[in-house]
Amino acid sequence: MTNKILILAEHDGATLNPGTAKAVSCAAAITEHGGGTIDILVLGEGIDGVAAQAAAVAGVNAVLVTDAAHLAPPLAVNHGPELAAAAEGYSHVLAPSSTYGKDVLPHAAALLGVNALSDIMAVEGARAFKRPIYAGNAIVDVTVPDDVIVCGTSRSASWPTAAEGGAGAVQARAATSQRAAHTRYQGLAGAGGDRPDLQTARIVVSGGRALGSAENFEILYRLADGLGAAVGASRAAVDAGYVPNDMQVGQTGKIISPELYLAFGISGAIQHITGIKDAGTIVAVNKDADAPIFEIADIGLVGDLFTVVPEIEQQLS
Amino acid sequence: MKILVGIKRAVDYNVRVRVKSDGSGVETDGVKMSVNPFDEIALEEALRIKEAGKADEVIVVSIGNNDVQQQLRTGLAMGADRAIQVETGDTLQPLTVARVFKALAEREGAGIVLLGKQAIDDDCNQVGQMTAALWGRPQATFASKVVIDGTTATVTREVDGGLETLEVDLPAVITSDLRLNEPRFVKLPDIMKAKRKPLDVVPLDELGGHAGAAPATGRHAAPAPRSRGVMVGDTAALVAELKNRGLV
Amino acid sequence: MSQSEAPETERDVMEYDVVVVGAGPAGLACALRLKQLDADLMVAVIEKASEIGAHILSGAVIEPQPLDELVPGWREAPPPICVPVEEDELFYLGKDSRRKLPTPPQQKNHGNFIVSLGATCKWLADHAEAAGVDVFPGFAASEVRLTESGAVGGVIIGDMGVDKSGAPKDSYVQGIEIHAKVTVLSEGCRGHLSKQLIRQFELDQDCDPQTYGIGMKELWKVAPGKARPGLVQHTLGWPLDSAIYGGSFIYHLDGDRVALGFVCGLDYADPDFVPFEAFQQLKHHPMLRDLLEGGEIISSGARALVEGGFQSLPKVELPGAMLIGDAAGLLNVPKIKGTHQALRSGMLAAEHIHEKAAAEGFDARLRASPVVAELKKVRNIRPGFNKGLWRGLITAAIETVTGGALPRTLSNHADHAELARRADFQAPDRGWVDRSLPPRDRLASVYFAATEHDEDQPVHLQILEPEICTTRCTEEYGNPCTRFCPAHVYEMVEDEANEGAQRLQINSANCVHCKTCDIKDPYQVINWVTPEGGAGPNYQNL
Repeated sequence: MTNKILILAEHDGATLNPGTAKAVSCAAAITEHGGGTIDILVLGEGIDGVAAQAAAVAGVNAVLVTDAAHLAPPLAVNHGPELAAAAEGYSHVLAPSSTYGKDVLPHAAALLGVNALSDIMAVEGARAFKRPIYAGNAIVDVTVPDDVIVCGTSRSASWPTAAEGGAGAVQARAATSQRAAHTRYQGLAGAGGDRPDLQTARIVVSGGRALGSAENFEILYRLADGLGAAVGASRAAVDAGYVPNDMQVGQTGKIISPELYLAFGISGAIQHITGIKDAGTIVAVNKDADAPIFEIADIGLVGDLFTVVPEIEQQLS
Repeated sequence: MKILVGIKRAVDYNVRVRVKSDGSGVETDGVKMSVNPFDEIALEEALRIKEAGKADEVIVVSIGNNDVQQQLRTGLAMGADRAIQVETGDTLQPLTVARVFKALAEREGAGIVLLGKQAIDDDCNQVGQMTAALWGRPQATFASKVVIDGTTATVTREVDGGLETLEVDLPAVITSDLRLNEPRFVKLPDIMKAKRKPLDVVPLDELGGHAGAAPATGRHAAPAPRSRGVMVGDTAALVAELKNRGLV
Repeated sequence: MSQSEAPETERDVMEYDVVVVGAGPAGLACALRLKQLDADLMVAVIEKASEIGAHILSGAVIEPQPLDELVPGWREAPPPICVPVEEDELFYLGKDSRRKLPTPPQQKNHGNFIVSLGATCKWLADHAEAAGVDVFPGFAASEVRLTESGAVGGVIIGDMGVDKSGAPKDSYVQGIEIHAKVTVLSEGCRGHLSKQLIRQFELDQDCDPQTYGIGMKELWKVAPGKARPGLVQHTLGWPLDSAIYGGSFIYHLDGDRVALGFVCGLDYADPDFVPFEAFQQLKHHPMLRDLLEGGEIISSGARALVEGGFQSLPKVELPGAMLIGDAAGLLNVPKIKGTHQALRSGMLAAEHIHEKAAAEGFDARLRASPVVAELKKVRNIRPGFNKGLWRGLITAAIETVTGGALPRTLSNHADHAELARRADFQAPDRGWVDRSLPPRDRLASVYFAATEHDEDQPVHLQILEPEICTTRCTEEYGNPCTRFCPAHVYEMVEDEANEGAQRLQINSANCVHCKTCDIKDPYQVINWVTPEGGAGPNYQNL
């Protein structure tokens, strides 16, 4: 059976979220098992721009655009039924594993009467996947039975952003649902504060006890602000009182999976590593060449953070 | 108003999970089991709503064999009024669990179904969404703040872009995020009181049995360990490497 | 919590006939026996671990006879880990060599079982609950409640939700009082309430100081086929020099699991000795390395144990309370076993309470029982090792042959007083090797103990005279707490407020509740008190 894949686009009304192009990579991996086509569904109001961006993702066959006022806010009670209706005739329905995708996709799956797969991290066959459980401490193989639609979210950290250069056909698709009267969208507020949230940030800059004082953490805040990054810390830095407890990354702090994790003066105790094991790329800067963090860092530099951090800042600006 | 709270028996969050050597699952022998932390937060929220005079009864629900009664008793000790054990020896898929909650919500005439956003064992993050879909009622997932006002609830949701606010008519499904509240400590005398609170056992079949085709679960494996990457000589090389990989 | 700013309101009270502090084998045996003797008695067991067994760490090879009495028919439904002993082996280790020694009679284990004492306690707690005992894990007895007459009348449960400074947090819950006619202290070695009461009621007036050891244990899953279920191995010698008393155990379980541990006396003199490192060195002896390579650690932990035996046994009763198990100090060192003593003393305490409804008379009853007779017989063996391994072995041989009948009793000395000052001690070259087996360090070991403490709570390791740490202790001993603690709780770090100086950093969240610091600190200024209930290690099958 040829695969016919529908991807739910995530966007803010103007720009396509990169999670969508990652889901396209996941879909492309599925088409390696028996071929097939990849379509994207864009739901919203006044979304021609987003549709054009979706059409430009390499590998996309068609972009279905359902433009309706009640779809402007990204509500699962409206987007879910629309996605379920659009899924007819498809073998697979995918969404990015963002809060939006995780909100909408299971809703649609339930309407389709099927179970869903969360956080697909690898494709083993058209219906065979790997996904993490127990916070990534185990990876399980799952196979979806032949006669049902595969519904799943693709785990962002596992898939590259598909390239641009596609020329998908943009097609209008009429809405089949009506606004759910029981739910009213009140708006979206920024997370508060200038820095992104530690748990969801794409980049995290993190410091250990080697920073030496709360004042010295300033150099990390500066670097983070230049990168649009969140700031984290090891337990040793928290215990020493340099930063508040809610910045702690690790076993007893936050478990995070940013695309890029920059660790300065962190030795890399197993308790800390537990908190970043799913990070995309780990960069470690430490004076001690034997620090355990170098055993798991993708890029390591033996050096004094008080020299290196300002240098990075300067060379990036 | 009644609030239905789902509490799942899950491996305690302090336990280091190990995959069985034959790949058939994870080791649960002698492993500490607890109430799924997100569900504990959901229960805490339900209790606070009741204590604020906006609900009359909090009912905790768990699905499984008699082992789940331990978690139900914990829920009762925290302050729930009664408990329902949906009895089955099987591991259920989210769609079946959602159908159970829909059936119970209708049977009890619940005003809110309050669930954890996900269980820390299978990490599915689906039941709340599916329950809302099957029930045809509002869906407010990942809640970090809940305000009940008569027949509506205003829910602040933690989404990737910030904090989203929804106003929903009750009955509705709400799922809790980590920052919604800090669950209370159980008081020792309340453990004794919990032993005397009602706990009903309902067979799964009475609530519709299994739903949807279950994906087949195959081999479990430990995640591939991270390995040593490249060492660079100076900051310039580090920055070049980051640029090369398209990370900055 | 005297410094607490928590509101001083009247505490809730629960009334029991008997409250048992600590759900180890002694406490659970006592509680279960009480209900067997009188189903109407109200019995509560308080346990600080988040669940029963999570703070229990022992070898353990156990003698089954007391279990036969306590849980008839238990062999049909045994605890989850329970492997009959098939064979005993004792080795003397050199750095790369081993020599098989004859197994001393006390260590012959035919008919005994290898168990996880943690799993066994959980199993025993289920029996106790089924018999009607109220078992409360996750609650710490933080203080003794004294009645107007000055007798013990129960315990006070620690407050929950108190922040670092002692102020109540939003989650604050005041601990309740548990009133009981008899309070049974079964906290295990160096229990913090037992320690207080022994001092306050001068229970150790007529005995030698208690002596201790530190035991560290790891549960491994070894490569398939390497474990020989039922094999019990013990070693002496390397990595310890003959001046330090200690040795190891290697117990082969089913399912490719091996429990291995290392015990050494806390009366060692070398201020730079690191017990944890000695344990890790032992694992790199060829005999163990071959066994462990290709395997993985499942769980690890540490716990102090009592070694003083007969001479150090305090009076085990006081008005309203009694001490049983290792809280009293009943471990039989030559046998390397205490569980049977714990169970027996627990049952005996239950029988006493059932008959007398009071603690009075329990001391005499225990001393007249086989529990103490067993200790008396072997009383000179452990102190014989104070003069080193070889003279100790000779004493052990003599005492074993004579069955302890010689009219002499060797004495015990307090462990903390045995530590030598750096200036007075020349450590031998230990010849320790580079290590490759996990865990790489103490912090990694703590990870396998799954220890957890809310970090926003008062530090439960109280330093009574903090200035000693950075002055006398640094000069005289070089801060040995940074070395004897197996969990890396104590660290000397640069003092940011005082350039060039150092300060003591206490990583209390790492603590595995072993009590070694409270015992071995040469100035006796470390006071271990119980943290918030439910905190501490989460041992799995130790």
